Amino acid sequence: MSEPHKAVALISGGLDSLLAAKVIQQQGIHVEGINFFTGFCVEGHTHAIRKKDRAKPKRNNALWVAEQLGIKLHIVDIIEEYKDVVINPKHGYGANLNPCLDCKIFMVQKAKEWIEQKGFDFIITGEVIGQRPMSQRKDTMPVISHESGAEALLLRPLCAKNLEPTLPELEGWVDRERLYDFEGRTRKPQMALAAEFGFEDYAQPAGGCCFLTDKQYSVKLSDLWQARGERRYELDDIMLLKVGRHLRPRPNFKMIIGREDGENKFLHGYRKQYTHMVTTSHNGPLVLIDGEAGAEDLELAARITARFSQGRDAGQVDVEIHPREGDVHSVQVQPMRGAEIPADWYL
Amino acid sequence: MSETTLDARRMLCPMPVIRTQEKVEQLQVGDTLTVICTDPGAMHDIPAWCRVNGHEVIDIDQQDEEISIRLRVCEE
Ligand code: SF4
Repeated sequence: MSEPHKAVALISGGLDSLLAAKVIQQQGIHVEGINFFTGFCVEGHTHAIRKKDRAKPKRNNALWVAEQLGIKLHIVDIIEEYKDVVINPKHGYGANLNPCLDCKIFMVQKAKEWIEQKGFDFIITGEVIGQRPMSQRKDTMPVISHESGAEALLLRPLCAKNLEPTLPELEGWVDRERLYDFEGRTRKPQMALAAEFGFEDYAQPAGGCCFLTDKQYSVKLSDLWQARGERRYELDDIMLLKVGRHLRPRPNFKMIIGREDGENKFLHGYRKQYTHMVTTSHNGPLVLIDGEAGAEDLELAARITARFSQGRDAGQVDVEIHPREGDVHSVQVQPMRGAEIPADWYL
Repeated sequence: MSETTLDARRMLCPMPVIRTQEKVEQLQVGDTLTVICTDPGAMHDIPAWCRVNGHEVIDIDQQDEEISIRLRVCEE
């Protein structure tokens, strides 16, 4: 018997990619999964930080999907290369800082490189026409195929019948008749197909697959770019945007304030890279200072730190300041009152 | 048969999994790798990664915040 044809499936961890891979697997194709880690993925991360979430550790959905399908999963770190996608998306952003179309093109392009290296025949994704307003439209499907360089090697099993036949169909590696014609925002056909395959307990992300679709997150990222005067980020920056309360009292610095033990512990890991402060007379948060803060700024930050400590109603609170460079010193401050903190300091 | 250790402390998932995968690619069948991490999610994710990619988890040990996961590289 001849070797089966091989396809790589882009696995996000959601239902659509699970179904797309299953449909192709059922046609006797050898499928392996690929999952790209951009740094913004909703997977993992935050679940490890907040204490309340530790009790029920969240599974990694991409791995869960691979396990359901019995396929190998390759998780690929694209953090560095992805920066250009986020910073300069040729096709622009969606409702927030999500460059979905450029992101899809980039991922398919990476998958194309991967299949060339590994000797696979084609690429599959769980895309459905009309499912997402920016990247999954009838007119964007060919754009993704073309600009990624994948062209006819990109097959979308869930909506293939509404698209031009791809190479795997034309060559008869897969039977077009047994592919689908899903269209629109409804999730019903996917849920019915999931039931048919016996999949339960699958993830149903509401917004999208990453933090860039989140409004609050995007506000914090724009603020970071604005404060630095350039659109640039490191992995640590984008991780810290997911943690704590962020306040910018002055254009030159912002405060990252732990909201509970788990976050304080996480922020503690960054204490050598940032000026930070803690209250010593009362229990309170660990606070990182991002930016360049002068003596007056630090005093202001100390008063805000005191505000978020258990000494918020006390007359005086002791705050220990640990500059990134220089000596540790203590100040005694009056906690800022809630009403004294302008709403637009909160990011 | 070599014994290797990977320090993945302070990394958040899925970084420990990605680093594990990269390390395993350099090792030979039969070699063992111990991954030390602090993200409790890794306790779930690294064994799941081993299951889907056909490697064997030998043991998992947790001391305070540190988790060590020992695995054996198997034929893929
Ligand atoms: S939601 Fe995020 S990961 Fe998903 S396509 Fe859009 S930018 Fe890419």
